[in-house]
Amino acid sequence: MLVLSFLKGLLRLLNDAIMLKKRIIATLIIREGVVVQSIGFNKYLPVGKPQIAVEFLNNWGIDEIVLLDISATKSNLRPDFDLVKKIAKKCFVPLAVGGGIKTVNDVRLLTQSGADKVVLNSVCIQNVSIINEIAASFGNQCIIASVDLKMDSNNIIGVYDYISKSIMELPPIEYMKLLEKNGVGEILLNFVDRDGQYNGFDIEAINSLKDCVSIPIIVQGGAKDYCSFVDLFKNTNIDAAAASNFYHFSEHSVIITKAQLKQLFDSIRVETFSTYIQNKLDTRSRLSKKMDFELENLLYIKVEKEII
Amino acid sequence: MKIAIIDYNLGNTYSVANAIKYLGYDVEISSDEKKIKNADLLILPGVGAFEEAIKNLQLLNLNNILDEEVIVNKKKILGICVGMQLFAKTSDEKGNHKGLGWIDGNVKKIIPNNLDKVPHVGWNNINYEKTSILFSRIGDMNNFYFDHGFHFDCEDKYKSSFCKYGDIKITSSVEKENIFGVQFHPEKSQNAGLKLFKGFIEAIK
Repeated sequence: MLVLSFLKGLLRLLNDAIMLKKRIIATLIIREGVVVQSIGFNKYLPVGKPQIAVEFLNNWGIDEIVLLDISATKSNLRPDFDLVKKIAKKCFVPLAVGGGIKTVNDVRLLTQSGADKVVLNSVCIQNVSIINEIAASFGNQCIIASVDLKMDSNNIIGVYDYISKSIMELPPIEYMKLLEKNGVGEILLNFVDRDGQYNGFDIEAINSLKDCVSIPIIVQGGAKDYCSFVDLFKNTNIDAAAASNFYHFSEHSVIITKAQLKQLFDSIRVETFSTYIQNKLDTRSRLSKKMDFELENLLYIKVEKEII
Repeated sequence: MKIAIIDYNLGNTYSVANAIKYLGYDVEISSDEKKIKNADLLILPGVGAFEEAIKNLQLLNLNNILDEEVIVNKKKILGICVGMQLFAKTSDEKGNHKGLGWIDGNVKKIIPNNLDKVPHVGWNNINYEKTSILFSRIGDMNNFYFDHGFHFDCEDKYKSSFCKYGDIKITSSVEKENIFGVQFHPEKSQNAGLKLFKGFIEAIK
């Protein structure tokens, strides 16, 4: 049985499915120029320099990176264009940047600093027509609207405005439709109550929201390890999943997540030099040490460096 | 080998320049006529709406400069995303607009015949012509990053690759003499994209 599933996994790797892949996205939360681990939108632990995190995520084969500066709008600052430039140097996957964007010109300067898409959040709550303006210049596909979702006191999910710290009257489905009508290309649903909780994606809520629009949806909030992604892709037909915290705390986290997913789903992109498809994991989804005889055999395998 | 990325006030110019620089080539982002004329290869980057893109080219007189360089002097050009779509006769994106008209074809909205979402966003495999110099170096690395709601509808003879989205075929690249275009973003397609750039640049050196 084990051998069979291993062979199946290997076969999947060899025969890349011809289709659009599910995207595994990393969100980097930036606060005052530093990547932080966010817990429930109110506690933040420093992780490190954003350019280092981006370089690692890129090398580990992430499908897309979302950079969210959570201090810009709150402090009434514009996006930090120089920081984006620094970060983008080592980024050869799509980079979406959010935080502090207020005008079409901000978007222009961001795309001239290394951003490939932009993420809008509170600016849409204040002035939804800005989406139209940006789309007229940069196209709908350039705009991701980030929607923070939170349970209210009656346990009903609502759109959370992190600036006023209140839940909007407009229900999430109506708000998502409004965003689509005004021209966003994608919606990032961020489940605030699950932020930093490691309790998995909110499958029920995702399923109740995902079909109200016909644009791609990215979900975020609660990912603990690859099992959270398995659960999500088994139980929803969502296009893309993002996580932020867990990637930072284990070596090669992205490759391991993708290797595990690839054994269950065809539509995962695995193109990194080492794939870890044959490695065993420990209970915390970290790579286990290989057996001594396997390590010994490795001595005689010549691994050529990948040449571009 | 001098490469000029056309600056028309749109597009992810930094990302494209960054990828080309990483490969060690001499590259500049510019809208200056002299620099465009001195370059050996032109790149027209993407990320933009069609109408604004063609308007910006006209505003900077780049449509005439490019016409002369590409059509008269036969300089090689690579269009990316909307940069490729601009080669078409017309586009239906937000109205109906005239393009540069270099390749007989029209840009149309992607209408999937199932429940697939539009825009077409993410990594997709392309099926490519092995003889095309665009793909001389990629081997079996055929996963590229797409992000578009409109596609280039043209005769098969201009297509050097396509990808499948649901059950529709999407033009992934076009070629006509010295004119090359890709719908996906090589600058954002990791090693596959870097290999595409390197193979293409080395082939025309």
